[in-house]
Amino acid sequence: MTDIKTDIIRLTAAEIAEKVASGELTAVQVTEAHLARIDAVDEKVHAFLHVDRDGALAQARAVDERRERGEKLGPLAGVPLALKDIFTTEGIPTTVGSKILEGWIPPYDATVTRRLKDAGVVILGKTNMDEFAMGSSTENSAYGPTGNPWDLTRIPGGSGGGSSASLAAYEAPLAIGTDTGGSIRQPASVTGTVGVKPTYGGVSRYGMVAFSSSLDQGGPCARTVLDAALLHEVIAGHDPLDSTSIDAPVPPVVEAARNGTVAGMRVGVVRQFSGEHYQAGVMQRFAESVDLLKELGAEVVELDCPSFDLGLSAYYLIAPSECSSNLARFDAMRYGLRVGDDGSRSAEDVTALTREAGFGDEVKRRVMLGTYALSSGYYDAYYGSAQKVRTLIVRDFEKAFEQVDVIVSPTTPTTAFPIGERADDPMAMYLSDLCTIPTNLAGNAAMSLPCGLAPEDGLPVGLQIIAPAMKDDRLYRVGAAVEAAFVERWGHPLLEEAPSL
Amino acid sequence: MTVTEHVSLVPYEDALATYDPVMGLEVHVELGTRTKMFCGCSTELGADPNSQTCPTCLGMPGALPVVNAIGVESAVKIGLALNCEIAEWCRFARKNYFYPDMPKNFQTSQYDEPIAFNGYLDVQLDDGEIFRVEIERAHMEEDTGKSLHVGGATGRIQGASHSLLDYNRAGIPLIEIVTKPIEGAGARAPEVAKAYVAELRELIKALDVSEARMEQGQMRCDVNLSLRPHGRTKFGTRSETKNVNSLRSVERAARYEIQRHAAVLNSGGTIIQETRHFHEEDGSTTSGRVKEEAEDYRYFPEPDLVPIAPARAWVEELRGGLPELPRLRRKRLREEWGVSEHDMQSMLNAGAVDLITATIEAGAPADQARKWWMGELARSANETSTDLAALPITPAQVARVAELVTAGDLNDKLARQVLEGVLAGEGDPDTVVEKRGLKVVSDEGALGTAVDEAIAANPAIADKIRAGKVAAAGALVGAVMKATRGQADAARVRDLILERLGAQG
Repeated sequence: MTDIKTDIIRLTAAEIAEKVASGELTAVQVTEAHLARIDAVDEKVHAFLHVDRDGALAQARAVDERRERGEKLGPLAGVPLALKDIFTTEGIPTTVGSKILEGWIPPYDATVTRRLKDAGVVILGKTNMDEFAMGSSTENSAYGPTGNPWDLTRIPGGSGGGSSASLAAYEAPLAIGTDTGGSIRQPASVTGTVGVKPTYGGVSRYGMVAFSSSLDQGGPCARTVLDAALLHEVIAGHDPLDSTSIDAPVPPVVEAARNGTVAGMRVGVVRQFSGEHYQAGVMQRFAESVDLLKELGAEVVELDCPSFDLGLSAYYLIAPSECSSNLARFDAMRYGLRVGDDGSRSAEDVTALTREAGFGDEVKRRVMLGTYALSSGYYDAYYGSAQKVRTLIVRDFEKAFEQVDVIVSPTTPTTAFPIGERADDPMAMYLSDLCTIPTNLAGNAAMSLPCGLAPEDGLPVGLQIIAPAMKDDRLYRVGAAVEAAFVERWGHPLLEEAPSL
Repeated sequence: MTVTEHVSLVPYEDALATYDPVMGLEVHVELGTRTKMFCGCSTELGADPNSQTCPTCLGMPGALPVVNAIGVESAVKIGLALNCEIAEWCRFARKNYFYPDMPKNFQTSQYDEPIAFNGYLDVQLDDGEIFRVEIERAHMEEDTGKSLHVGGATGRIQGASHSLLDYNRAGIPLIEIVTKPIEGAGARAPEVAKAYVAELRELIKALDVSEARMEQGQMRCDVNLSLRPHGRTKFGTRSETKNVNSLRSVERAARYEIQRHAAVLNSGGTIIQETRHFHEEDGSTTSGRVKEEAEDYRYFPEPDLVPIAPARAWVEELRGGLPELPRLRRKRLREEWGVSEHDMQSMLNAGAVDLITATIEAGAPADQARKWWMGELARSANETSTDLAALPITPAQVARVAELVTAGDLNDKLARQVLEGVLAGEGDPDTVVEKRGLKVVSDEGALGTAVDEAIAANPAIADKIRAGKVAAAGALVGAVMKATRGQADAARVRDLILERLGAQG
């Protein structure tokens, strides 16, 4: 650890921001160190779809100039970040992991993109993802899979596998993900990083390419709880461009992350988050986490939330239904790929050929599922029933939160599985999101953070913490306490046990 | 492309002898909001193609809608004016279908939760009878873009080499107003259809939510029509004639479909549920796309927008601010102006009611205001095929002409010349009078001389008048008017003639 660049990439976002603000490091130095790391390892990891070297250095220079002029810098100014390729970036390609948007240069910034830029965060580039955020392994990307830095033959989770892998590979200290059914938390879990799905409406969806509008939520990804909180605060808050954005103050997440404690808190363990699909090592680490919470002064309460068993089924009706409508705009008329426009074909034929070539199998499967579920005569049985289940899940959460302050569970039933293992078995793939989906359906907040390695395979296990809507600060208060206790127990952050690339 | 659909029509009266028509009218009104329904783009007409677009109305990936509050307010006002209930809570819904000029390939509309429902509009037929048209619903939605098909013969997509898309119109707020089935109108069904659309247009204008100019597509009507044999309660299969865009066309389309349906049914055929196009040239309709199966729009609540819950106090405030209903206003004006039902109907159809009202407000007597707008000015509008309102003359200018007539400074003939001058752009009435030297000769000396000369030049007529044949005075009045180039007060001339010849008028 003598190389200054190696040191820089291992710093947390909070440390980098402090060093940039104090002049100990320049934002350009920090950015160059991360670009060099990307150059060195991303050929193997493939976390990035696009690296914006010039844009990143320009932003870094702007931060340094502001500092030189004596301006006060924001809490993340000069810190590099990896942006999931689902957020529009003016002048920079945005593909959503799909061929259908190959070559599209958005004319506008997503609100999240804009807020990052305004905060002086340095966007290194756009990260790989399952096409249109549909998947749990990043294997559905039209641009090839991403490797898990713990074992490159395994998946980094999905859909935000590029973002989680970039953190675990030290290519960026911060990343942005989106979570429709677990796409921030499950990748965090399998890569030994931290990921937060904020309360629905907490972070603007404007400029975030829609998969399932009523479930999609952007959120922060980092290597530490505090870094996630700092990023959360930068991107969250009301946006008049998103009608579903909540017009209320952002919960005090940074303050909570700096004051971690669980003393006197009631923590719920839900009976439904266990069973045959769960790997033994995952349940072992989860049980140890629950014991740790008790040691730290929390009271543990067992909960019964029977509707959670229906979550996966409801999700796979609601999400495809909304996506079948959201993806209808990809018709080759205004942007992106256009196939077969040789003057001999009708607009309908060109659209059909473009979609055939531009959409991958999983996207087509979900569009077809959703189209069917919304069809006249089937609507009540499928979409209508799923919405009812959603109401039941909301009620189960409401009842649960009358008894406890937060709920904990494993984030995902297994550790990272080998690339290819579930690629042809959609049902097996869908099970990855068993514990994360209920939160999306209810619209409340959840975090995943590392809680150890599974003894049988030595791969990271994630602990999920769930809080009521707009109580996102509780995630950070509990998360920070758990993180501190584990790091003390292990003697170092979990990620230091990852093999060097 | 010429229309070649061979249909024999049943004479109108014969069709009505066998069948009852049932109609449903769907009217789309483009609101006159400054910005679009779900984004901040301008709605101004006539801009360069695609110059009034943004990520939202182009359906760009990631873009989201935000509801235009003025659009919602306009919808509530229309609902209230149509005697509808206003929903306490309602949502937008996505209507999913594919068309190249629809950016998202779904239309943000409302489905089973319209903002206004269960109302009625009383409309007045030509003979003064009131017919109540029941309103099913009024809901908010957005307009599509426009396609321009290039290279074909008629601008249709068939035979075109390519199409150009203009999204300036995409996202402009629309209110769709749907009637309940209109039954019991019998032979007057086409007249009811016309009167309904006319009344709705007046209402929309009075609410100041749209200019409702049909010729500009700001108001478009679909006429759904079916026939059923007398005595049957079950509706027949309907046809849907789309985009009928003038009052006259609405009436003609309904009439044509009654005759066509009757012909099909009489010959033992069945009516196909289909979309039909109306042709202005000959008043016919032809088949559009056949709905082989009911179109499945896969409606579901729009997840990108939050529900709308119009506060009751706000709704009542809007109700309190509603303008006088056009029909009641016309009734009041009819009484104030002392005109017949028929005359009022003519003024309505000519689009003259507001202009006459404004002219009276500017100081003109009612009869004069009416006379000039419905006479000289209506003729001028007809000749140039323009709207009365589009003539280059203001109610204030017409009122000034009326004032000059009342003061005796102009007679009718001169007044017509003044109006002509104003329309020709020669300036306001006083300027035209000045420039053209149009002033009644009121100098008694000059007039007396002209009268004396006319009597001297026509001794035979003068004798007849002296003998008591007062009616003969007209000829002498004509001679004096000619001598004064029309600039004399004809009544005064007549008095002078009778006075000089010792006759009693």
